[in-house]
Amino acid sequence: MRQIYADNAATTKLSPVVLEKMMPYLTEVYGNPSSLYGIGQTAKKAVEDARANIAKNIGAAHPSEIYFTSGGSESDNWALKGICSRLKRRGKNHIITSKFEHHAILHTCKALEKEGFEVTYLDVYENGIVHPEDVEKAIKPETAIVSIMYANNEIGTIQPIEEIGKICKERGVLFHTDAVQAAGYCKINVAEQNIDLLSMTAHKIHGPKGCGLLYIRKGILIDNLIEGGAQERGKRAGTENIAGIVGLDAALQIAVDTMDERAAKLKKLRDKLIDGLLKIPRSRLNGDREHRLPNNLNMCFEGIEGESLLLRLEFKGISASSGSACTSGSLDPSHVLLAIGLPHEIAHGSTRMTFDESVTEEDIDYILEAVPEIVQALRDMSPLWEKIIKS
Amino acid sequence: MTWTIKKMGFTYSEKVMDHFANPRNVGEIENADGIGEVGNSKCGDIMKMYLKIDGDTITDVKFKTFGCGAAIATSSMATELIKGKSIDNALNLTNKAVMEALDGLPPVKVHCSVLAEEAIKSALSDYYRKQGIDPEPMVGKIED
Repeated sequence: MRQIYADNAATTKLSPVVLEKMMPYLTEVYGNPSSLYGIGQTAKKAVEDARANIAKNIGAAHPSEIYFTSGGSESDNWALKGICSRLKRRGKNHIITSKFEHHAILHTCKALEKEGFEVTYLDVYENGIVHPEDVEKAIKPETAIVSIMYANNEIGTIQPIEEIGKICKERGVLFHTDAVQAAGYCKINVAEQNIDLLSMTAHKIHGPKGCGLLYIRKGILIDNLIEGGAQERGKRAGTENIAGIVGLDAALQIAVDTMDERAAKLKKLRDKLIDGLLKIPRSRLNGDREHRLPNNLNMCFEGIEGESLLLRLEFKGISASSGSACTSGSLDPSHVLLAIGLPHEIAHGSTRMTFDESVTEEDIDYILEAVPEIVQALRDMSPLWEKIIKS
Repeated sequence: MTWTIKKMGFTYSEKVMDHFANPRNVGEIENADGIGEVGNSKCGDIMKMYLKIDGDTITDVKFKTFGCGAAIATSSMATELIKGKSIDNALNLTNKAVMEALDGLPPVKVHCSVLAEEAIKSALSDYYRKQGIDPEPMVGKIED
């Protein structure tokens, strides 16, 4: 049976080219970069070369602005907690974010609220896009930081971060963006886009799990999240994940080099899938169609529940994901779908498919055949569907 | 299969998967003697149960369910457990018995088996009401 992995927003397959670059650092070059002898210094050089190359690839002015972390969640936690604890001393106790950020941001905001911070959660409207003017209106003298994701992880909508960055710069407020999903699909230039802090991770771009970065613009004062040794210029303790760092750099380099070509291919196939699935009655695409990651599809089919759809897709070899609650063990549907105004019963029936460049036209045709059949079978046994067609 | 299930953070038993993939007794019964519907779409589960009753025996039962894998599997199993049985048997069917028959359910899915028990009781209440009998003494309080 055909096997289609359509959950690349969750994680991606490690690229063999990336693995090859990592291998020496998993085997022979096992030295600690803090050591003075040969293999330690070879490891150190690998880390610093990766740092310089990554800086160039995201438009950072200095390699020293790149801090390696364990991944997106750590970077998000550090950005918010580190800036907020620092700026609290200057009377800044307000954060601006959006309603549909990743939980690494939202749960950090909740934790900061308990410490006395006030958080403004901006609306993302029906199409899943933050309005820059809302950011402008929400800024006040107490605002410490604005954190808006570059692209949403469930519905793939791309946020106007350049405009938001410009507003933040004009108003003298720090701007952080979680670019975990956008990396590899959207241009990143922290200088041009006025980004002060940026989170990224390797495993979403065919790199290894367990390695990410936080870009911190030079001159910004931030408290540490992880205390200990003097690694990362004393800002992030812990022996460097050398292989991970080399892998992150290699993965980002490939992603940057192939971005346009991959995006064009993915968009064409993805659009064919969207158009085909929208022919199913009472189906809808969640999130803006144009300002959207080229590999993301998120749809709802009324009258059916997400987990059932997901399991039946798996029977047919299609690994997708559901925004539905059942999958996470909680009874609430996706906070992202609720944020774009979907009623609970429709949000329960969502499915997300996120592809990578290995997807073929035959895969898309296969999915186009499988999904309508599954939806029909589930609707045939759904009392909710009965009510929907009667009304 | 295992990939999705692992991702969901729990595992369904083989019996649950079987009843989800090949649900028994799906559909409606025309001129059913009792129809019950429980759950709501906001929570993500609705079960509708149809009964055909002859004398004291449940001669046929069908269901329709909107919900997750466990909701569909528990509905299917519950219908199997009462088909051809007496009304008394059906009244005594507990969610625990449905779960056991399915070789267990993940903790977050136990509510589905409760819903299946309630769906049967709701259909039996409807049957008694149609007979002009107050169902409460037999069935207990059911929130439709």
